[in-house]
Amino acid sequence: MLRDITLGQYYPTDSVLHRLDPRVKLLGTIVFLLSLFLFQNFTGYIIATVFLVSMILLSRVPFSFMVRGLKAVVILLAITVLINLFATPGIPLVSFWKFTITKEGIRSAAFMMLRLIYLIIGSSIMTLTTTPKNLTDGMEKSLSPLSKIKVPVHEIAMMMSIALSFIPILLEETDKIMKAQMARGADFESGNLFKRIKNMVPLLVPLFISAFRRANDLALAMEARCYQGGNGRTKMKPLKYHLRDLAAYLILALYLAATIVLPRIPALKL
Amino acid sequence: MSLIINHVSYYYNKNTAMEIKALDDVSFKIEDGEFLALIGQTGCGKSTLVQHLNGLLKPHEGAIYFNGENIADKDFDLHTYRGKVGLVFQYPEHQLFEEDVFTDVCFGPKNLGLPQSEVELRAYEALKQVGIADEYFYQSPFDLSGGEKRRVAIAGVLAMKPEVLILDEPTAGLDPKGRDDLLHLIRNLHDKNGITVILVTHSMDDVAAFADRILVMNAGQLVFDDEPRNVFANEEYLNRIGLSVPEVTRIMHLLYQKGLPVRQDAITIEEGLQACLEILR
Repeated sequence: MLRDITLGQYYPTDSVLHRLDPRVKLLGTIVFLLSLFLFQNFTGYIIATVFLVSMILLSRVPFSFMVRGLKAVVILLAITVLINLFATPGIPLVSFWKFTITKEGIRSAAFMMLRLIYLIIGSSIMTLTTTPKNLTDGMEKSLSPLSKIKVPVHEIAMMMSIALSFIPILLEETDKIMKAQMARGADFESGNLFKRIKNMVPLLVPLFISAFRRANDLALAMEARCYQGGNGRTKMKPLKYHLRDLAAYLILALYLAATIVLPRIPALKL
Repeated sequence: MSLIINHVSYYYNKNTAMEIKALDDVSFKIEDGEFLALIGQTGCGKSTLVQHLNGLLKPHEGAIYFNGENIADKDFDLHTYRGKVGLVFQYPEHQLFEEDVFTDVCFGPKNLGLPQSEVELRAYEALKQVGIADEYFYQSPFDLSGGEKRRVAIAGVLAMKPEVLILDEPTAGLDPKGRDDLLHLIRNLHDKNGITVILVTHSMDDVAAFADRILVMNAGQLVFDDEPRNVFANEEYLNRIGLSVPEVTRIMHLLYQKGLPVRQDAITIEEGLQACLEILR
Protein backbone atom coordinates (compact mmCIF):
# COMPACT_ATOMS: atom_id res chain seq x y z
CA MET A 1 0.00 0.00 0.00
CA LEU A 2 1.77 3.12 1.26
CA ARG A 3 5.11 1.42 0.95
CA ASP A 4 4.84 1.85 -2.80
CA ILE A 5 5.00 5.63 -2.55
CA THR A 6 8.48 6.75 -3.50
CA LEU A 7 8.73 9.78 -1.28
CA GLY A 8 11.94 11.71 -1.01
CA GLN A 9 12.18 10.33 -4.54
CA TYR A 10 15.71 8.99 -4.22
CA TYR A 11 16.45 6.35 -6.83
CA PRO A 12 19.33 4.12 -5.73
CA THR A 13 21.67 3.26 -8.56
CA ASP A 14 25.27 4.03 -9.42
CA SER A 15 25.92 6.82 -11.87
CA VAL A 16 28.19 9.80 -12.31
CA LEU A 17 25.41 12.08 -11.13
CA HIS A 18 24.88 9.97 -8.01
CA ARG A 19 28.55 10.28 -7.14
CA LEU A 20 28.77 14.04 -7.64
CA ASP A 21 29.16 16.26 -4.61
CA PRO A 22 25.70 17.45 -3.48
CA ARG A 23 26.88 21.06 -3.57
CA VAL A 24 27.55 20.75 -7.28
CA LYS A 25 24.11 19.31 -7.83
CA LEU A 26 22.43 22.02 -5.75
CA LEU A 27 24.19 24.80 -7.64
CA GLY A 28 23.67 22.95 -10.92
CA THR A 29 19.94 22.71 -10.33
CA ILE A 30 19.71 26.39 -9.46
CA VAL A 31 21.72 27.33 -12.54
CA PHE A 32 19.55 25.15 -14.75
CA LEU A 33 16.31 26.55 -13.33
CA LEU A 34 17.54 30.13 -13.70
CA SER A 35 18.83 29.51 -17.20
CA LEU A 36 15.34 28.58 -18.33
CA PHE A 37 14.32 32.19 -17.79
CA LEU A 38 17.24 33.66 -19.70
CA PHE A 39 16.01 33.06 -23.23
CA GLN A 40 12.87 33.33 -25.30
CA ASN A 41 13.72 31.47 -28.51
CA PHE A 42 14.30 28.00 -29.92
CA THR A 43 18.09 28.14 -29.77
CA GLY A 44 17.90 28.47 -26.00
CA TYR A 45 15.49 25.55 -25.74
CA ILE A 46 17.66 23.39 -27.93
CA ILE A 47 20.65 24.01 -25.65
CA ALA A 48 18.55 23.35 -22.54
CA THR A 49 17.09 20.19 -24.08
CA VAL A 50 20.51 18.85 -25.00
CA PHE A 51 21.72 19.55 -21.48
CA LEU A 52 18.67 18.02 -19.80
CA VAL A 53 18.64 14.91 -21.98
CA SER A 54 22.31 14.27 -21.33
CA MET A 55 21.70 14.65 -17.59
CA ILE A 56 18.80 12.19 -17.77
CA LEU A 57 20.99 9.71 -19.61
CA LEU A 58 23.89 10.24 -17.20
CA SER A 59 21.68 9.73 -14.14
CA ARG A 60 20.66 6.22 -15.28
CA VAL A 61 17.28 6.73 -13.64
CA PRO A 62 14.42 5.33 -15.76
CA PHE A 63 12.62 8.12 -17.58
CA SER A 64 9.26 6.89 -16.28
CA PHE A 65 10.40 7.82 -12.77
CA MET A 66 10.99 11.42 -13.77
CA VAL A 67 7.71 11.78 -15.57
CA ARG A 68 5.95 10.64 -12.41
CA GLY A 69 6.62 14.04 -10.86
CA LEU A 70 4.74 15.68 -13.74
CA LYS A 71 1.46 13.99 -12.89
CA ALA A 72 1.03 16.26 -9.88
CA VAL A 73 1.13 19.42 -11.99
CA VAL A 74 -0.88 18.36 -15.03
CA ILE A 75 -3.73 20.74 -14.15
CA LEU A 76 -1.38 23.65 -13.55
CA LEU A 77 0.25 22.90 -16.88
CA ALA A 78 -3.05 22.80 -18.70
CA ILE A 79 -4.20 26.12 -17.23
CA THR A 80 -0.94 27.87 -18.09
CA VAL A 81 -1.01 26.58 -21.63
CA LEU A 82 -4.63 27.63 -22.16
CA ILE A 83 -4.11 31.12 -20.78
CA ASN A 84 -1.02 31.64 -22.90
CA LEU A 85 -2.75 30.25 -25.94
CA PHE A 86 -5.77 32.55 -25.80
CA ALA A 87 -4.55 35.64 -24.02
CA THR A 88 -1.46 36.54 -26.04
CA PRO A 89 -2.06 39.42 -28.45
CA GLY A 90 -0.60 39.19 -31.98
CA ILE A 91 -1.38 37.98 -35.47
CA PRO A 92 -4.65 35.96 -35.29
CA LEU A 93 -4.56 32.46 -36.76
CA VAL A 94 -7.85 30.86 -35.78
CA SER A 95 -10.78 32.50 -34.05
CA PHE A 96 -14.11 31.20 -32.84
CA TRP A 97 -16.74 32.82 -30.65
CA LYS A 98 -14.81 35.07 -28.25
CA PHE A 99 -11.51 33.23 -28.52
CA THR A 100 -8.63 33.94 -30.83
CA ILE A 101 -5.48 31.90 -31.15
CA THR A 102 -2.51 33.93 -32.29
CA LYS A 103 0.83 32.86 -33.68
CA GLU A 104 2.51 34.46 -30.67
CA GLY A 105 0.05 32.62 -28.42
CA ILE A 106 1.08 29.22 -29.75
CA ARG A 107 4.70 30.13 -29.39
CA SER A 108 4.47 31.39 -25.83
CA ALA A 109 2.20 28.50 -24.78
CA ALA A 110 4.71 25.99 -26.10
CA PHE A 111 7.59 27.79 -24.43
CA MET A 112 5.76 28.05 -21.15
CA MET A 113 4.85 24.38 -21.17
CA LEU A 114 8.40 23.33 -21.97
CA ARG A 115 9.74 25.64 -19.31
CA LEU A 116 7.47 24.19 -16.61
CA ILE A 117 8.21 20.60 -17.61
CA TYR A 118 11.94 21.28 -17.64
CA LEU A 119 11.72 22.97 -14.25
CA ILE A 120 10.13 19.91 -12.72
CA ILE A 121 12.30 17.30 -14.43
CA GLY A 122 15.40 19.38 -13.72
CA SER A 123 14.75 19.55 -10.01
CA SER A 124 13.62 15.93 -9.77
CA ILE A 125 16.94 14.81 -11.26
CA MET A 126 18.59 16.29 -8.19
CA THR A 127 16.32 14.56 -5.65
CA LEU A 128 16.41 11.29 -7.61
CA THR A 129 20.20 11.15 -7.58
CA THR A 130 20.94 12.55 -4.11
CA THR A 131 20.09 10.89 -0.81
CA PRO A 132 18.22 13.21 1.59
CA LYS A 133 21.19 12.93 3.94
CA ASN A 134 23.59 14.13 1.28
CA LEU A 135 21.25 16.87 0.24
CA THR A 136 21.04 18.39 3.71
CA ASP A 137 24.79 17.99 4.11
CA GLY A 138 25.30 19.90 0.90
CA MET A 139 22.90 22.61 1.98
CA GLU A 140 24.51 22.95 5.36
CA LYS A 141 27.92 23.33 3.81
CA SER A 142 26.81 25.73 1.09
CA LEU A 143 24.95 27.92 3.58
CA SER A 144 27.60 27.77 6.29
CA PRO A 145 28.84 31.32 5.63
CA LEU A 146 25.44 32.48 6.86
CA SER A 147 26.26 31.24 10.34
CA LYS A 148 28.58 34.24 10.65
CA ILE A 149 25.48 36.42 10.76
CA LYS A 150 23.93 34.15 13.40
CA VAL A 151 21.70 32.09 11.12
CA PRO A 152 21.44 28.66 12.86
CA VAL A 153 22.48 26.81 9.71
CA HIS A 154 23.43 23.56 11.44
CA GLU A 155 20.21 23.44 13.43
CA ILE A 156 18.11 24.09 10.34
CA ALA A 157 19.95 21.35 8.45
CA MET A 158 19.56 18.96 11.38
CA MET A 159 15.83 19.63 11.58
CA MET A 160 15.54 19.09 7.85
CA SER A 161 17.37 15.79 7.91
CA ILE A 162 15.33 14.58 10.90
CA ALA A 163 12.12 15.59 9.16
CA LEU A 164 13.21 13.83 5.99
CA SER A 165 14.24 10.66 7.77
CA PHE A 166 10.92 10.63 9.62
CA ILE A 167 8.87 10.66 6.44
CA PRO A 168 9.41 6.97 5.60
CA ILE A 169 9.15 6.00 9.28
CA LEU A 170 5.81 7.73 9.68
CA LEU A 171 4.58 6.36 6.37
CA GLU A 172 5.41 2.87 7.53
CA GLU A 173 3.76 3.54 10.87
CA THR A 174 0.64 4.82 9.11
CA ASP A 175 0.61 1.72 6.97
CA LYS A 176 0.93 -0.52 10.01
CA ILE A 177 -1.78 1.18 12.06
CA MET A 178 -4.07 1.31 9.06
CA LYS A 179 -3.66 -2.43 8.55
CA ALA A 180 -4.10 -3.13 12.25
CA GLN A 181 -7.39 -1.22 12.25
CA MET A 182 -8.47 -2.85 8.99
CA ALA A 183 -7.84 -6.19 10.65
CA ARG A 184 -10.37 -5.02 13.22
CA GLY A 185 -12.83 -4.28 10.45
CA ALA A 186 -12.18 -0.56 10.02
CA ASP A 187 -13.12 0.90 6.66
CA PHE A 188 -11.08 3.78 5.26
CA GLU A 189 -12.39 3.72 1.73
CA SER A 190 -16.14 4.09 1.60
CA GLY A 191 -18.70 6.59 2.86
CA ASN A 192 -19.21 10.31 2.33
CA LEU A 193 -16.63 12.95 3.23
CA PHE A 194 -17.88 13.46 6.78
CA LYS A 195 -17.95 9.75 7.47
CA ARG A 196 -14.51 9.27 6.01
CA ILE A 197 -13.05 11.98 8.21
CA LYS A 198 -14.67 10.34 11.21
CA ASN A 199 -13.22 7.00 10.14
CA MET A 200 -9.75 8.51 10.24
CA VAL A 201 -9.84 8.90 14.03
CA PRO A 202 -8.68 5.31 14.70
CA LEU A 203 -5.72 6.04 12.44
CA LEU A 204 -4.81 9.56 13.52
CA VAL A 205 -4.91 9.13 17.29
CA PRO A 206 -2.38 6.25 17.37
CA LEU A 207 -0.28 7.99 14.72
CA PHE A 208 0.04 11.20 16.72
CA ILE A 209 0.81 9.28 19.87
CA SER A 210 3.51 7.33 18.10
CA ALA A 211 4.99 10.46 16.47
CA PHE A 212 5.28 12.17 19.84
CA ARG A 213 6.74 9.05 21.41
CA ARG A 214 9.32 8.77 18.65
CA ALA A 215 10.23 12.45 18.83
CA ASN A 216 10.67 12.14 22.57
CA ASP A 217 12.81 9.01 22.25
CA LEU A 218 14.97 10.63 19.60
CA ALA A 219 15.51 13.76 21.70
CA LEU A 220 16.54 11.59 24.65
CA ALA A 221 18.84 9.46 22.51
CA MET A 222 20.52 12.58 21.10
CA GLU A 223 20.99 14.08 24.54
CA ALA A 224 22.36 10.80 25.87
CA ARG A 225 25.04 11.08 23.20
CA CYS A 226 25.84 14.66 24.28
CA TYR A 227 24.36 16.40 21.24
CA GLN A 228 24.73 20.13 21.75
CA GLY A 229 24.14 21.60 18.34
CA GLY A 230 26.65 22.50 15.70
CA ASN A 231 29.46 24.05 17.75
CA GLY A 232 32.70 22.16 17.27
CA ARG A 233 30.91 19.29 15.61
CA THR A 234 32.84 17.37 12.98
CA LYS A 235 31.54 15.08 10.25
CA MET A 236 32.16 11.40 9.81
CA LYS A 237 32.21 11.85 6.06
CA PRO A 238 33.12 15.47 5.34
CA LEU A 239 32.22 16.66 1.86
CA LYS A 240 35.28 16.87 -0.34
CA TYR A 241 35.52 18.01 -3.93
CA HIS A 242 36.91 15.52 -6.44
CA LEU A 243 38.13 16.05 -9.95
CA ARG A 244 34.73 15.10 -11.36
CA ASP A 245 33.12 17.88 -9.31
CA LEU A 246 35.42 20.46 -10.81
CA ALA A 247 34.67 19.09 -14.27
CA ALA A 248 30.98 19.37 -13.47
CA TYR A 249 31.38 23.01 -12.43
CA LEU A 250 33.17 23.67 -15.70
CA ILE A 251 30.38 22.07 -17.72
CA LEU A 252 27.85 24.12 -15.78
CA ALA A 253 29.73 27.33 -16.50
CA LEU A 254 29.89 26.45 -20.19
CA TYR A 255 26.19 25.67 -20.23
CA LEU A 256 25.31 28.95 -18.53
CA ALA A 257 27.51 30.91 -20.91
CA ALA A 258 25.95 29.11 -23.88
CA THR A 259 22.39 29.89 -22.75
CA ILE A 260 23.28 33.54 -22.24
CA VAL A 261 25.28 34.13 -25.39
CA LEU A 262 23.99 31.82 -28.17
CA PRO A 263 20.30 32.81 -28.14
CA ARG A 264 21.40 36.43 -28.46
CA ILE A 265 23.49 35.98 -31.60
CA PRO A 266 21.30 37.45 -34.36
CA ALA A 267 22.00 34.61 -36.82
CA LEU A 268 20.78 32.05 -34.27
CA LYS A 269 17.58 33.85 -33.27
CA LEU A 270 14.86 31.36 -34.17
CA MET B 1 -12.93 -24.11 8.14
CA SER B 2 -10.02 -24.69 5.85
CA LEU B 3 -7.40 -22.28 4.66
CA ILE B 4 -5.26 -23.18 1.67
CA ILE B 5 -2.26 -21.13 0.64
CA ASN B 6 -1.48 -22.10 -2.92
CA HIS B 7 1.85 -21.10 -4.55
CA VAL B 8 1.76 -17.57 -3.19
CA SER B 9 4.43 -15.04 -4.20
CA TYR B 10 4.58 -11.40 -3.22
CA TYR B 11 6.95 -8.54 -4.13
CA TYR B 12 7.61 -5.23 -2.44
CA ASN B 13 8.23 -2.24 -4.73
CA LYS B 14 7.23 -4.36 -7.69
CA ASN B 15 8.65 -3.19 -11.03
CA THR B 16 11.18 -0.78 -9.56
CA ALA B 17 14.90 -1.01 -8.84
CA MET B 18 14.04 -1.71 -5.19
CA GLU B 19 11.98 -4.79 -5.98
CA ILE B 20 12.22 -7.46 -3.28
CA LYS B 21 10.63 -10.87 -3.44
CA ALA B 22 9.14 -11.16 0.04
CA LEU B 23 7.28 -14.42 -0.54
CA ASP B 24 8.52 -17.04 -2.95
CA ASP B 25 6.09 -19.75 -3.99
CA VAL B 26 4.69 -20.50 -0.53
CA SER B 27 2.16 -23.33 -0.22
CA PHE B 28 0.58 -24.95 2.83
CA LYS B 29 -2.75 -25.79 4.38
CA ILE B 30 -4.25 -24.93 7.73
CA GLU B 31 -6.71 -27.35 9.31
CA ASP B 32 -9.39 -26.65 11.87
CA GLY B 33 -8.19 -26.55 15.47
CA GLU B 34 -4.47 -26.64 14.77
CA PHE B 35 -1.83 -24.84 16.81
CA LEU B 36 0.72 -23.70 14.27
CA ALA B 37 3.98 -21.90 14.87
CA LEU B 38 5.60 -19.76 12.20
CA ILE B 39 9.30 -19.15 12.72
CA GLY B 40 12.11 -17.55 10.76
CA GLN B 41 14.74 -14.87 10.90
CA THR B 42 13.75 -11.19 10.95
CA GLY B 43 12.94 -10.15 7.40
CA CYS B 44 12.24 -13.65 6.11
CA GLY B 45 8.65 -12.82 5.15
CA LYS B 46 6.69 -13.99 8.19
CA SER B 47 4.80 -10.75 8.67
CA THR B 48 4.13 -10.48 4.95
CA LEU B 49 2.70 -14.00 4.92
CA VAL B 50 0.56 -13.30 7.94
CA GLN B 51 -0.92 -10.21 6.30
CA HIS B 52 -1.88 -12.33 3.31
CA LEU B 53 -3.79 -14.75 5.50
CA ASN B 54 -5.96 -11.88 6.70
CA GLY B 55 -6.48 -10.40 3.23
CA LEU B 56 -4.54 -7.21 3.92
CA LEU B 57 -2.10 -7.98 1.14
CA LYS B 58 -3.04 -9.63 -2.13
CA PRO B 59 -0.65 -12.17 -3.61
CA HIS B 60 1.00 -11.21 -6.90
CA GLU B 61 1.11 -14.87 -7.87
CA GLY B 62 -0.90 -17.77 -6.51
CA ALA B 63 -4.03 -17.62 -4.37
CA ILE B 64 -5.44 -18.15 -0.91
CA TYR B 65 -8.63 -20.16 -0.49
CA PHE B 66 -10.91 -19.93 2.54
CA ASN B 67 -13.44 -22.79 2.51
CA GLY B 68 -12.83 -23.10 -1.20
CA GLU B 69 -13.30 -19.44 -2.04
CA ASN B 70 -10.47 -17.29 -3.36
CA ILE B 71 -10.17 -14.40 -0.92
CA ALA B 72 -8.80 -12.11 -3.63
CA ASP B 73 -12.02 -12.40 -5.64
CA LYS B 74 -13.93 -9.18 -6.19
CA ASP B 75 -17.16 -10.52 -4.71
CA PHE B 76 -15.48 -12.14 -1.71
CA ASP B 77 -16.66 -10.53 1.53
CA LEU B 78 -13.33 -9.49 3.07
CA HIS B 79 -15.04 -7.56 5.82
CA THR B 80 -16.67 -10.64 7.35
CA TYR B 81 -13.58 -12.70 6.58
CA ARG B 82 -11.39 -10.41 8.68
CA GLY B 83 -13.70 -11.11 11.57
CA LYS B 84 -13.19 -14.84 11.08
CA VAL B 85 -9.43 -14.70 10.70
CA GLY B 86 -8.28 -12.36 13.47
CA LEU B 87 -4.83 -10.85 13.19
CA VAL B 88 -2.98 -9.43 16.18
CA PHE B 89 -0.09 -7.32 14.90
CA GLN B 90 3.29 -6.86 16.53
CA TYR B 91 3.01 -4.37 19.38
CA PRO B 92 -0.77 -4.29 19.02
CA GLU B 93 -1.06 -1.79 21.88
CA HIS B 94 -0.03 0.91 19.36
CA GLN B 95 -3.42 0.64 17.71
CA LEU B 96 -5.45 1.63 20.78
CA PHE B 97 -7.22 4.92 20.25
CA GLU B 98 -10.52 5.20 22.13
CA GLU B 99 -11.22 7.16 25.29
CA ASP B 100 -11.73 4.08 27.40
CA VAL B 101 -10.78 0.43 27.33
CA PHE B 102 -14.29 -0.91 26.83
CA THR B 103 -15.12 1.31 23.84
CA ASP B 104 -11.82 0.37 22.22
CA VAL B 105 -12.59 -3.33 22.46
CA CYS B 106 -16.07 -2.61 21.02
CA PHE B 107 -14.49 -1.19 17.84
CA GLY B 108 -13.95 -4.58 16.15
CA PRO B 109 -17.38 -6.18 16.70
CA LYS B 110 -19.06 -2.84 15.94
CA ASN B 111 -17.37 -2.79 12.54
CA LEU B 112 -18.85 -6.22 11.89
CA GLY B 113 -22.25 -4.54 12.04
CA LEU B 114 -23.56 -6.40 15.07
CA PRO B 115 -26.33 -4.96 17.29
CA GLN B 116 -25.08 -2.85 20.21
CA SER B 117 -26.07 -5.37 22.88
CA GLU B 118 -24.12 -8.13 21.12
CA VAL B 119 -21.16 -5.79 20.64
CA GLU B 120 -21.03 -5.00 24.36
CA LEU B 121 -21.49 -8.60 25.38
CA ARG B 122 -18.60 -9.68 23.18
CA ALA B 123 -16.37 -6.88 24.43
CA TYR B 124 -17.15 -7.86 28.01
CA GLU B 125 -16.40 -11.53 27.34
CA ALA B 126 -13.17 -10.74 25.52
CA LEU B 127 -11.90 -8.49 28.30
CA LYS B 128 -12.74 -11.18 30.85
CA GLN B 129 -10.93 -13.78 28.73
CA VAL B 130 -7.72 -11.77 28.70
CA GLY B 131 -8.03 -11.14 32.42
CA ILE B 132 -8.73 -7.41 32.53
CA ALA B 133 -10.60 -6.54 35.74
CA ASP B 134 -13.85 -4.55 35.70
CA GLU B 135 -12.35 -1.48 37.33
CA TYR B 136 -10.14 -0.89 34.28
CA PHE B 137 -13.03 -0.91 31.81
CA TYR B 138 -13.67 2.81 31.86
CA GLN B 139 -10.09 3.96 32.19
CA SER B 140 -8.13 5.43 29.32
CA PRO B 141 -6.17 2.64 27.60
CA PHE B 142 -3.13 4.94 27.65
CA ASP B 143 -3.01 4.85 31.46
CA LEU B 144 -2.51 1.08 31.61
CA SER B 145 0.80 -0.74 31.89
CA GLY B 146 2.46 -2.22 28.81
CA GLY B 147 1.28 -5.78 29.49
CA GLU B 148 -2.28 -4.64 30.19
CA LYS B 149 -2.40 -2.53 27.04
CA ARG B 150 -1.32 -5.54 25.05
CA ARG B 151 -4.05 -7.70 26.55
CA VAL B 152 -6.65 -5.03 25.83
CA ALA B 153 -5.46 -4.90 22.22
CA ILE B 154 -5.72 -8.68 21.93
CA ALA B 155 -9.21 -8.51 23.44
CA GLY B 156 -10.02 -6.05 20.65
CA VAL B 157 -9.43 -8.84 18.14
CA LEU B 158 -10.95 -11.63 20.26
CA ALA B 159 -14.17 -9.66 20.55
CA MET B 160 -14.72 -10.35 16.86
CA LYS B 161 -14.85 -14.06 17.76
CA PRO B 162 -12.37 -15.24 15.15
CA GLU B 163 -12.15 -18.89 14.11
CA VAL B 164 -8.48 -18.45 13.35
CA LEU B 165 -6.30 -16.26 15.53
CA ILE B 166 -2.96 -15.11 14.17
CA LEU B 167 -0.54 -13.51 16.60
CA ASP B 168 2.61 -11.80 15.31
CA GLU B 169 5.22 -12.02 18.07
CA PRO B 170 2.70 -11.37 20.82
CA THR B 171 5.21 -11.67 23.66
CA ALA B 172 7.83 -9.23 22.31
CA GLY B 173 8.87 -6.73 24.97
CA LEU B 174 6.87 -8.30 27.82
CA ASP B 175 8.36 -9.31 31.17
CA PRO B 176 8.55 -13.07 32.00
CA LYS B 177 5.27 -13.05 33.89
CA GLY B 178 3.48 -11.12 31.17
CA ARG B 179 4.85 -13.63 28.66
CA ASP B 180 3.70 -16.67 30.60
CA ASP B 181 0.25 -15.20 31.20
CA LEU B 182 -0.17 -14.38 27.55
CA LEU B 183 1.00 -17.80 26.34
CA HIS B 184 -1.37 -19.52 28.73
CA LEU B 185 -4.17 -17.32 27.53
CA ILE B 186 -3.42 -18.34 23.95
CA ARG B 187 -3.23 -21.99 24.90
CA ASN B 188 -6.59 -21.72 26.68
CA LEU B 189 -8.17 -20.08 23.66
CA HIS B 190 -6.95 -22.99 21.58
CA ASP B 191 -7.80 -25.81 23.99
CA LYS B 192 -11.11 -24.56 25.42
CA ASN B 193 -12.58 -22.39 22.68
CA GLY B 194 -11.25 -24.50 19.82
CA ILE B 195 -9.70 -21.50 18.05
CA THR B 196 -7.11 -22.32 15.40
CA VAL B 197 -3.94 -20.49 16.41
CA ILE B 198 -1.01 -19.34 14.29
CA LEU B 199 1.79 -18.05 16.45
CA VAL B 200 4.67 -16.10 14.95
CA THR B 201 7.55 -16.23 17.39
CA HIS B 202 11.29 -16.22 17.94
CA SER B 203 11.19 -18.42 21.01
CA MET B 204 11.93 -22.05 20.13
CA ASP B 205 11.03 -23.11 23.66
CA ASP B 206 7.53 -21.70 23.24
CA VAL B 207 7.23 -23.44 19.90
CA ALA B 208 8.27 -26.77 21.40
CA ALA B 209 5.86 -26.38 24.29
CA PHE B 210 2.78 -25.32 22.35
CA ALA B 211 2.77 -26.00 18.64
CA ASP B 212 1.47 -29.10 16.83
CA ARG B 213 3.21 -28.09 13.67
CA ILE B 214 5.93 -25.67 12.63
CA LEU B 215 6.34 -23.65 9.49
CA VAL B 216 9.90 -22.45 8.99
CA MET B 217 10.61 -19.63 6.58
CA ASN B 218 13.86 -18.48 5.07
CA ALA B 219 14.31 -15.68 2.53
CA GLY B 220 10.65 -15.76 1.50
CA GLN B 221 10.50 -19.52 1.07
CA LEU B 222 8.82 -22.11 3.22
CA VAL B 223 11.63 -24.52 4.09
CA PHE B 224 9.93 -26.76 6.67
CA ASP B 225 6.33 -27.72 7.33
CA ASP B 226 6.45 -30.47 9.92
CA GLU B 227 6.07 -31.55 13.54
CA PRO B 228 8.37 -29.71 15.98
CA ARG B 229 10.36 -32.87 16.71
CA ASN B 230 11.21 -33.44 13.07
CA VAL B 231 12.08 -29.82 12.47
CA PHE B 232 14.34 -29.56 15.49
CA ALA B 233 16.29 -32.63 14.36
CA ASN B 234 17.98 -30.33 11.81
CA GLU B 235 19.96 -28.22 14.24
CA GLU B 236 22.78 -27.45 11.86
CA TYR B 237 20.49 -26.24 9.09
CA LEU B 238 18.40 -24.16 11.48
CA ASN B 239 21.56 -22.48 12.79
CA ARG B 240 22.60 -21.72 9.25
CA ILE B 241 19.36 -19.81 8.58
CA GLY B 242 19.67 -17.83 11.82
CA LEU B 243 17.41 -20.00 13.97
CA SER B 244 18.09 -22.38 16.81
CA VAL B 245 16.61 -25.40 18.59
CA PRO B 246 15.08 -25.40 22.09
CA GLU B 247 17.62 -25.24 24.93
CA VAL B 248 16.85 -28.82 25.94
CA THR B 249 17.45 -30.20 22.47
CA ARG B 250 20.72 -28.30 22.34
CA ILE B 251 21.80 -29.82 25.67
CA MET B 252 20.87 -33.33 24.50
CA HIS B 253 22.93 -32.86 21.37
CA LEU B 254 25.92 -31.66 23.41
CA LEU B 255 25.60 -34.54 25.86
CA TYR B 256 25.59 -36.96 22.96
CA GLN B 257 28.70 -35.36 21.49
CA LYS B 258 30.40 -35.75 24.88
CA GLY B 259 29.73 -39.50 24.67
CA LEU B 260 26.50 -39.98 26.62
CA PRO B 261 24.12 -42.20 24.64
CA VAL B 262 21.00 -40.05 25.30
CA ARG B 263 18.06 -39.87 22.94
CA GLN B 264 18.25 -36.69 20.97
CA ASP B 265 14.65 -36.04 20.08
CA ALA B 266 13.72 -34.33 23.36
CA ILE B 267 12.25 -30.88 22.78
CA THR B 268 10.68 -30.06 26.15
CA ILE B 269 12.17 -30.12 29.63
CA GLU B 270 10.06 -33.16 30.64
CA GLU B 271 11.28 -35.13 27.65
CA GLY B 272 14.84 -34.08 28.39
CA LEU B 273 14.46 -35.31 31.94
CA GLN B 274 13.06 -38.64 30.71
CA ALA B 275 15.92 -39.05 28.27
CA CYS B 276 18.47 -38.46 31.03
CA LEU B 277 16.72 -40.83 33.43
CA GLU B 278 16.65 -43.55 30.79
CA ILE B 279 20.43 -43.76 30.54
CA LEU B 280 20.88 -43.50 34.31
CA ARG B 281 18.72 -46.54 34.95
